[in-house]
Amino acid sequence: MTRETEAMTESLSVSVWRGGAVGAFREYSVPRRASQTVLDVVTHIQRRIDPTLAYRFACRVGMCGSCAMTVNGVARWTCRTHVARVAPHGRLEIAPLANLPVIRDLVCDLDVFFEKWQRARGRFEPSAPASTDFARIAPDSGERRAAEAGIECIGCAVCYASCDVVAWNPAYLGPAALNRAWTLMNDARDAAHGARLRAVAGDAGCHACHTQLSCTERCPKGISPTAGIAGLKRMSVRALIRGAL
Amino acid sequence: MSDWRARNHPAWWAFLVHRLSGLLLAAFLPLHFWALAQALRGAERLDGFLRWTEQPVVKLAEVGLVLLLAAHLTGGLRLLMLEFLAWREWQKGLLAAAAGTSLAAALVFALNVV
Ligand code: SF4
Ligand code: SF4
Ligand code: FES
Repeated sequence: MTRETEAMTESLSVSVWRGGAVGAFREYSVPRRASQTVLDVVTHIQRRIDPTLAYRFACRVGMCGSCAMTVNGVARWTCRTHVARVAPHGRLEIAPLANLPVIRDLVCDLDVFFEKWQRARGRFEPSAPASTDFARIAPDSGERRAAEAGIECIGCAVCYASCDVVAWNPAYLGPAALNRAWTLMNDARDAAHGARLRAVAGDAGCHACHTQLSCTERCPKGISPTAGIAGLKRMSVRALIRGAL
Repeated sequence: MSDWRARNHPAWWAFLVHRLSGLLLAAFLPLHFWALAQALRGAERLDGFLRWTEQPVVKLAEVGLVLLLAAHLTGGLRLLMLEFLAWREWQKGLLAAAAGTSLAAALVFALNVV
């Protein structure tokens, strides 16, 4: 028997969180398949075993950021997480993301998460009047490279769910919002640098980060929010010395 | 977040070591000041105390103390370098250097003691 067919005859024991903030894990048995992702497992349960299971996904290819869950204790994007990599013993525990209110089963309320992007001024603010010409940004400039490193964020909240400081200080803006702010602080076309730096330099901003690097460890896009946060720390200290904060 | 499985990575352990060593060092300070205060109460008392510190257990505890100090110091330097120098992919290297230096410092101290 090849490894592949052998794997396909096994079944997985899967505990899935059911309920809201209060609830319990329920056990399911799901057939093991080749190249199966954690999202495939959840989908199998919802389509074949229990249609009342609530979960989110959209793109299935790691672009939309909607499918993040806690898999065996660790926050992950489920559509691109292979069962073989996270469940060597055929056991899966699937729960909603930590640090966010649970709406039902595997679905979290992401309002706070995105409100914090707003609070961190995580949106591009063009100079007024809008420039009539293209901005010329040298691709190898330091700013462009710094922005480049953080720009592929898909807003999945995996980093946010992995961060202890978010759990300890509910007001903390969190790694994703600060990473977004950092990319904009490195955007020469943006006109709100001063206001944004003030927004992220407060008690709940970049200086609250303990550089535990959990966000960097877990980000499925390989972004290091810690790098951006460290950049914001340096920027705000420099601004403070200049008296510009 | 309260799941130990999510925290099982080197930088989180480094954070824990830094925090615990800081707390233990802070807890040790009163003892340190008390020992110094013995000198004010006369040479006899201080000598008595110093004789007490000759015991092997106390020596062992001193090695532990040096390890804590070294771990806290190198851990702090590691953070300053990570946060205030230009960012590069040297997190694990810095961590290993901090751990290695701390252990070496404790070992050198231990060898001097015995
Ligand atoms: S590095 Fe900072 S933002 Fe990232 S997980 Fe750690 S404390 Fe949170
Ligand atoms: S920084 Fe990474 S982990 Fe955080 S929201 Fe963006 S893609 Fe997800
Ligand atoms: S479903 Fe879109 S990222 Fe997973």
